[in-house]
Amino acid sequence: MSESESEFDAYLSLTDVTEDDHRWAFGTGFADPLAGVDVTLQAGVNPSDAAALAERCLALGDDALIYSHRLQQWVTRAPELEEETALANIALDLLGQARLLLTRAGQAEGRGRDEDQLAFFRDEREFRNVRLVERADADFAELTARLLVFSAWRLALFDRLTADPDPVLAAIAAKAVKELTYHRDYAAAWVIRLGDGTDYSHAKAQAALDALWPLVGELDLDADAAAYLDAVIAEATLTRPSAPPLAPVAGKTGRDGTHTEAMGYILAELQSVARANPDATW
Amino acid sequence: MPPSTEPPSTGWPLYEVFLRGKRGLNHVHVGSLHAADPEMALRHARDLYTRRNEAVSIWVVPADAITASSPDEKDPFFAPSGDKVYRHPTFYQIPEDVPHI
Repeated sequence: MSESESEFDAYLSLTDVTEDDHRWAFGTGFADPLAGVDVTLQAGVNPSDAAALAERCLALGDDALIYSHRLQQWVTRAPELEEETALANIALDLLGQARLLLTRAGQAEGRGRDEDQLAFFRDEREFRNVRLVERADADFAELTARLLVFSAWRLALFDRLTADPDPVLAAIAAKAVKELTYHRDYAAAWVIRLGDGTDYSHAKAQAALDALWPLVGELDLDADAAAYLDAVIAEATLTRPSAPPLAPVAGKTGRDGTHTEAMGYILAELQSVARANPDATW
Repeated sequence: MPPSTEPPSTGWPLYEVFLRGKRGLNHVHVGSLHAADPEMALRHARDLYTRRNEAVSIWVVPADAITASSPDEKDPFFAPSGDKVYRHPTFYQIPEDVPHI
């Protein structure tokens, strides 16, 4: 950006006035992402299509739920207060996606289960999240590298889902795309900063990529997401790892309900309060 | 070891944050934050100060780039305008359909 452009940037938004903005007040202006969307399953959806929809929503909801929990574990542990708030915001975005997706999974499944029953009263083998989201981050470099891979993959996925035949899933995706774009940019900025930083931060960032790469094989990255990751890795002066994917267990991976050892501990923490007080509301 | 009485230190410089709210045409100072550079300051400002859906634009300024008036100068700076009511545009009717006044 040239000097003269940046001088004008500060004033660009001054002319950007939206119709009802002058009536805005704190606590107003919030939009329901599903406003105007009919949540009843469309007539003519045959049972196998509904089951497939439930399965897709469950898998994407579980990814968000488990990863949100991992990010929440950084609260009170982040290196700076500002980063901690950023991570809590991202965790909250993902929790919001998880709630909408699990609710939709319950509706499509048709067995009367709501978001809470799906989140808190399923056992490990019924969870469909990829194994990448279960991993505990060893340090801040691992956190940012994993967030980069996860959000680049999920953004490309949700971009396509905005055209999904199910209007609810399409509306959830449309809301999520804006959130994931921010998550991806946040993570990319940090990976570049660390990779192209000091010798020490570079080594940490490379070690982080190397550590999580075996879990990337399970993601089914599309060409756009892979190209984006390659570009960030190159700008960060890092090397794309060539580690082989983590082997399936008896042919099964996270999407089949087979998880790493970390998963049991996550669920114990995530579910114990709800299971101890099943009728509690808050 | 007794708790330290030193304020927590951060190696990052301080930035002042100005938001233009949805209901306003000007940027207003809302607080400050630490960041390594202006780009990071903008992201931090988004995360710290726009969580309640209030902003349409953010400015961040390095705190040390601001020159401030001093409390000692309050009287010579501001008192002389205190008795000049004729400088206020209060002597005519504002038309109903003129916004932002």
